[in-house]
Amino acid sequence: MADTRVKQPKGVKLDHISKIYKDPKTGKDFYAVHDVDLTIEPGTFVTLLGPSGCGKTTTLRMIAGFESPDEGEIYLGGEPINALTPNKRDTAMVFQSYALFPHYNVFDNVAYGLRLRKVPKDEIKRRVTDILALVELSGMEQRMTNQLSGGQQQRVALARALVVEPGVLLFDEPLSNLDAKLRVQMRTEIRRIQQKLGITAIYVTHDQSEAMSISDNIILMKGGVIAQMGSPMEIYYHPNSEFVADFIGECNFLKGPVSSVGAGEATVKIAGVDVPVATDKRVSLGEEGEIVLRPEAITIADRGMLPCRVELSCFMGSYQNYHVRVGDTLVKITDNCPINKEIFDVGDNAYISFDKNCAHLL
Amino acid sequence: MARGQSAALDRKKLMADPIMMTTIVVLIAFLTLFILYPLAILLVDSLYGTNGLSLETFQRVFQMRTFRKAITNTLKVGFVVGILSTLIGLLFAYVEVYVKMRKAVGGLFKVVSMLPVVSPPFVLSLSMIMLFGKAGLITRFLLHIYDNNIYGYWGIVIVQTLTFFPVCYMMLKGLLKNIDPSMEEASRDMGASRWRVFTTVTFPLLLPGLGNAFLVTFIESIADFANPMIIGGSYDTLATTIYLQITGAMDKQGAAAMAVVLLCITLAMFAVQKYYLERKTAATLTGKASRARMLIEDKSVTVPLTILCSLAACFVIMMYICVPIGALFPTWGYKFTPLTFKWFSQVFTKYRGLKAFKDSFVLSLIASPITALLSMIISYLVVKRKFKAKGFIEAVSILAMAVPGTVLGVGYIRGFANGLFHTGVLSGIYGTGLILVIVFVVRSLPTGTRSGISALRQIDKSIEESAYDMGADSLKVFTSVTLPLIKDSFLSGLVTAFVRSITAISAIILLVTPSYLLITVQINEFAEKGAYSIACAFATILILITYGSVVLMNVVIKYFGTSRKLKIKEAK
Repeated sequence: MADTRVKQPKGVKLDHISKIYKDPKTGKDFYAVHDVDLTIEPGTFVTLLGPSGCGKTTTLRMIAGFESPDEGEIYLGGEPINALTPNKRDTAMVFQSYALFPHYNVFDNVAYGLRLRKVPKDEIKRRVTDILALVELSGMEQRMTNQLSGGQQQRVALARALVVEPGVLLFDEPLSNLDAKLRVQMRTEIRRIQQKLGITAIYVTHDQSEAMSISDNIILMKGGVIAQMGSPMEIYYHPNSEFVADFIGECNFLKGPVSSVGAGEATVKIAGVDVPVATDKRVSLGEEGEIVLRPEAITIADRGMLPCRVELSCFMGSYQNYHVRVGDTLVKITDNCPINKEIFDVGDNAYISFDKNCAHLL
Repeated sequence: MARGQSAALDRKKLMADPIMMTTIVVLIAFLTLFILYPLAILLVDSLYGTNGLSLETFQRVFQMRTFRKAITNTLKVGFVVGILSTLIGLLFAYVEVYVKMRKAVGGLFKVVSMLPVVSPPFVLSLSMIMLFGKAGLITRFLLHIYDNNIYGYWGIVIVQTLTFFPVCYMMLKGLLKNIDPSMEEASRDMGASRWRVFTTVTFPLLLPGLGNAFLVTFIESIADFANPMIIGGSYDTLATTIYLQITGAMDKQGAAAMAVVLLCITLAMFAVQKYYLERKTAATLTGKASRARMLIEDKSVTVPLTILCSLAACFVIMMYICVPIGALFPTWGYKFTPLTFKWFSQVFTKYRGLKAFKDSFVLSLIASPITALLSMIISYLVVKRKFKAKGFIEAVSILAMAVPGTVLGVGYIRGFANGLFHTGVLSGIYGTGLILVIVFVVRSLPTGTRSGISALRQIDKSIEESAYDMGADSLKVFTSVTLPLIKDSFLSGLVTAFVRSITAISAIILLVTPSYLLITVQINEFAEKGAYSIACAFATILILITYGSVVLMNVVIKYFGTSRKLKIKEAK
């Protein structure tokens, strides 16, 4: 496999896409997807992330062609594809349930798409063998799919989609049926293969850690609209709303009036203390400020920035989990490597501190 | 907010798929022409007479005393048969699911549930007459009753109950198995007796299901033609009255109006059953049994229940066995020895049996693959695809279930004898084998579609989607993925269609022409003439054919079925 990049990956453009469904209970129409407008560069790995019912799967199924958009146009490699049936689109999908053909063995499952494309027999054999080697299933060609473990079935599903060298690879929550450990292993695998082949991938999941670990870009959706787009780090550290901050990892929100404004930073008055936070936002004095703080960005000690009272202290192995009360607000703290540190008990008074660059002003 | 664009795009996508498009168009045309149109023409005919639009025909038939009597007769029989069948079915189902019983008894149950499937519809009437009639083996020779009149109300009720209760038994068995035993255990744990558990937990949960079983039997009973024909005597039901109105009184218009009345009754029942009870049943019994049920082992319960059911089962089996034996006696009711094959040989030498079997066999053989394929295609479209006319296709193919054969038969006579809307178009198919094949297909289509739909619902939708996504067109998806996955269901649909066709009578008897001899029609003729021995000989051979094809199907499924292979592997 000297050159695995046989075909150019394609970019995807969703031009103000909407999808309307009828609510089965009320009989009223509603937007399942509303005005989703985005461009996916060729060769990138993009994740559609969001809680169930946010429209991420509907968006993916519109790209695959199983659903038709009510507004907007979808472009694949620059060509409009709205009117194309799924079998005419240069996409391949990996399904949540794997959707392997139970009456075929592994080889025939993977060869299915190639046979439809009338690829010569010996080439089919070569390409299937190569792709099975890539997903580390060599020697399993003759197995029936129900003789495989969940992880292996997942690999067959991946191989079956990869072997046709689609312009875009679509993933519909492919790992949600695997156990936690395998899930982590498989997502690394998927990322490795995607980077090796340089293929465009669109991945749907509700699991934020999966999204972070695997993607070049995350598109976080809520209620059918895009809540935020950006790289994993951007979204994690610079969420644009409480929803985004809360959905991506654990989060604390500290609210208070803005007490001073400087160049690239501001202070917010919390529990009577001026708390500094780095920000590029234009804020004005006296307006309500909300600081987003990740639990791991906070330290707890005998002295520090804000006084607090410990309400929960729980040893979790790699970290000590605290819930502390700052004024009226509950703050969650994960304190790493607790063995080297002083452990506070429930009822103790302590102080929390954090770096202004680790905090983010909403 | 407008959903116009997606609708337009879906339409465009459909147009880009000519096979799918053609299939849908052909299906709609078929269903309209051969199910909807014959029913519509009945209504048109009975409303539109020589004097234009009027209720004249209806007034005329309702003035006939025989017709009014037939309505009350039909409803009375249907009601009683519905209740009896449901109760006996419930007893059997309860014993099978709740009571620990010997293997042999289980075998008896299986035979009982199987018999009505493979036997022609009027077999029980025949044996009823032979056992309990004037020259009945039991009444005359065992009990020395010389003038027992089995013809009439009670004859029909007994025969129909024995014919239909296995259906109730199978339905209720499925429901009882779905009741989570822990609910009953909870009730028992709180101090309820077994009887109280049954009356306060099991029975209420089952109630919609019982209603469902009752209505299904009710519909079957009022649509039944063969049994009232043979054992009804002067006790006429709607189905036989309509038949006589055509064959005896030659009053086709009157028959059409009567058929409309019968159709309205069954449709109303069907609507209640389908849209009210079936939903309720599904709503109350959604849970899967979490684990195996502790069977009742208490001898004071098991012994009487087992004996009762075994006796009933043996009685039913005896009724069926009576038919082949009857064909072996030299003269039923007079001369019992020596056993003889003369009736069997007469079937072929004297009564053109070979032609009858050949005609029935060939026509059914042509109809069954068409039915099986058509029902699988309909199921596939209904379960897996999304398009506008889907609701229509589903509704019409299910509606056909509620149409009594006699009604359909009259509809075909009115609809095709003089061509479409009496214009002469398509009149060529009337009286040919083609129309018989079409009737066979239409009569078996609903059962096939129903089983196809439930088989396809078991299969993850994304399996077909992934084939589609991979580049397969609709035809390829259907042939390479769907059909192989429901091969078993397809095969059993094939055999069911064959068995149903070769044993069919109600619609066929109105449409058959002298150029075709059909076995069921022959049996009916002999039975009416009182030539029971020859009727039995015909029926025995027919049962052998149907039973043989069911056995063949089981063998084929065992060795070539896909899902079975998969199941075995999974079990390992």
